Amino acid sequence: MRMVMTGNYASAYGAKLSRAEVIAAYPITPQTSIVEKLAEFVTTGELKAKFIPVESEHSAMAACIAAQTAGARTYTATSSHGLTLMHEVLMWASGARLPIVMTNVSRAMAPPWSVWVDHMDSIAQRDTGWMEFFCQSNQEVLDTIIMAYKICESRSVMLPAMVIEDAFILSHTEEPVEVPSQELVDSFLPTYSPEYKIEVGKALGFGSLVRPDQYMEFRYKAMLAMREAHDRILRVEQEFKHIFGREYGGLLERYRCEDAEVVLVTAGSVAATAKDVVDAMRARGVRVGLARIRAFRPFPHAEIRSIASKVEGIAVLDRSYTFGAAGAMYTEVKASAYSCPKRPVMKNYIAGLGGRDITPKILEKIFEDMLVVAKRGAEDEVEWVDVMGVPRRWK
Amino acid sequence: MTKSYEELPLTPISNEPSTVNLTGYWRVIRPIVDKSKCKKCTLCWKFCPDAAITLVDGEPLINLQYCKGCGICAFECPTKCIVMVKEGEL
Repeated sequence: MRMVMTGNYASAYGAKLSRAEVIAAYPITPQTSIVEKLAEFVTTGELKAKFIPVESEHSAMAACIAAQTAGARTYTATSSHGLTLMHEVLMWASGARLPIVMTNVSRAMAPPWSVWVDHMDSIAQRDTGWMEFFCQSNQEVLDTIIMAYKICESRSVMLPAMVIEDAFILSHTEEPVEVPSQELVDSFLPTYSPEYKIEVGKALGFGSLVRPDQYMEFRYKAMLAMREAHDRILRVEQEFKHIFGREYGGLLERYRCEDAEVVLVTAGSVAATAKDVVDAMRARGVRVGLARIRAFRPFPHAEIRSIASKVEGIAVLDRSYTFGAAGAMYTEVKASAYSCPKRPVMKNYIAGLGGRDITPKILEKIFEDMLVVAKRGAEDEVEWVDVMGVPRRWK
Repeated sequence: MTKSYEELPLTPISNEPSTVNLTGYWRVIRPIVDKSKCKKCTLCWKFCPDAAITLVDGEPLINLQYCKGCGICAFECPTKCIVMVKEGEL
């Protein structure tokens, strides 16, 4: 059925269609309407699930961990400060190899207080052992949640995943969304049956102490699982395409990158604007392309390398900044490209923090700047875009 | 015995309680009970943080497989019928 809905409702429908059995969440702007919609689904009986209203995000994740350990498929959603409050238990979820799926409505960290889009919250959780999927549209949010369960619950993976929606730009903007039938989703996503779970009459202890002589072996297994996830993401998307007719480009969506002189790498909703800019510039004969990071964890190293070995320049637009370093996506892309025999010139653009609009005009200027930088080299490897008081060339 | 990563489960899972770990081996001082002074007040039993003391006719029986030798029982005993001695000395 085709419906008009916000990214948040797309998340709620994604969790419902995936038949989440336990939902534990705490409301936070701009995620609140996900929780409200799911509470409504549970109350009306449309979704047979246990809804646990908790007192904090730390508890929300802890409740999901417990329920998932008991063999239930769980879902939660949060944003910014809620996500960072979860940090400790996010590590637990992945270490305990629990395939929990969560939506994070990506929002800036305070202070200054802000409720608008920024990827700092999601990026700050990159080392927790969770898969991270950035979405460009509301349809992709719904579809990615369904796919995420299948990827996470694969026996060779068994890791949790975060589906990331940009605050307001996706979370509160209505778009037409194709909502698949329950039967179709059921044919794609089997019921969750883990190898180990808490069962009455069968005593098991989870997350026990492990001495130094065995700790690394468990982390090694998680490393192998995350490596395996790369392949699973691609396979699951192909299965998804076969059933639902939609696909998004694997871990790294490549848009008009073939024969491109300069490619812009970014993630999230800004990629949609960037595609329009690429089209407009291509129409004028300028060879530019876009590579959209869909999976930040596992990171698409091989995909980035295949682009890096062919282009003159790569511009990386980060919607967050790692203080004392650079944009996190930039450092990853640069690290991937390092092993290419012929490396492109690279530059990092920091833009759109705290919900500032990244307009087509700004994106066009980034492309134009990068075309020059690709030939002459960058004056500043990391440049903050559209900041009042520093060079006005972005206006 | 250490295992290869391939033999291990996804996450550490134990099907036995932590009592399989005989923590008594950590002990450097050992409680000795002089039952002739015991008034059967049961304070040692109540205070033992490891539940390593059971009562037999109201008197303490210390399970040395789990007693870590913390000395709390000896400290709490009002008649000082429990004393701590260095392992190997008595």
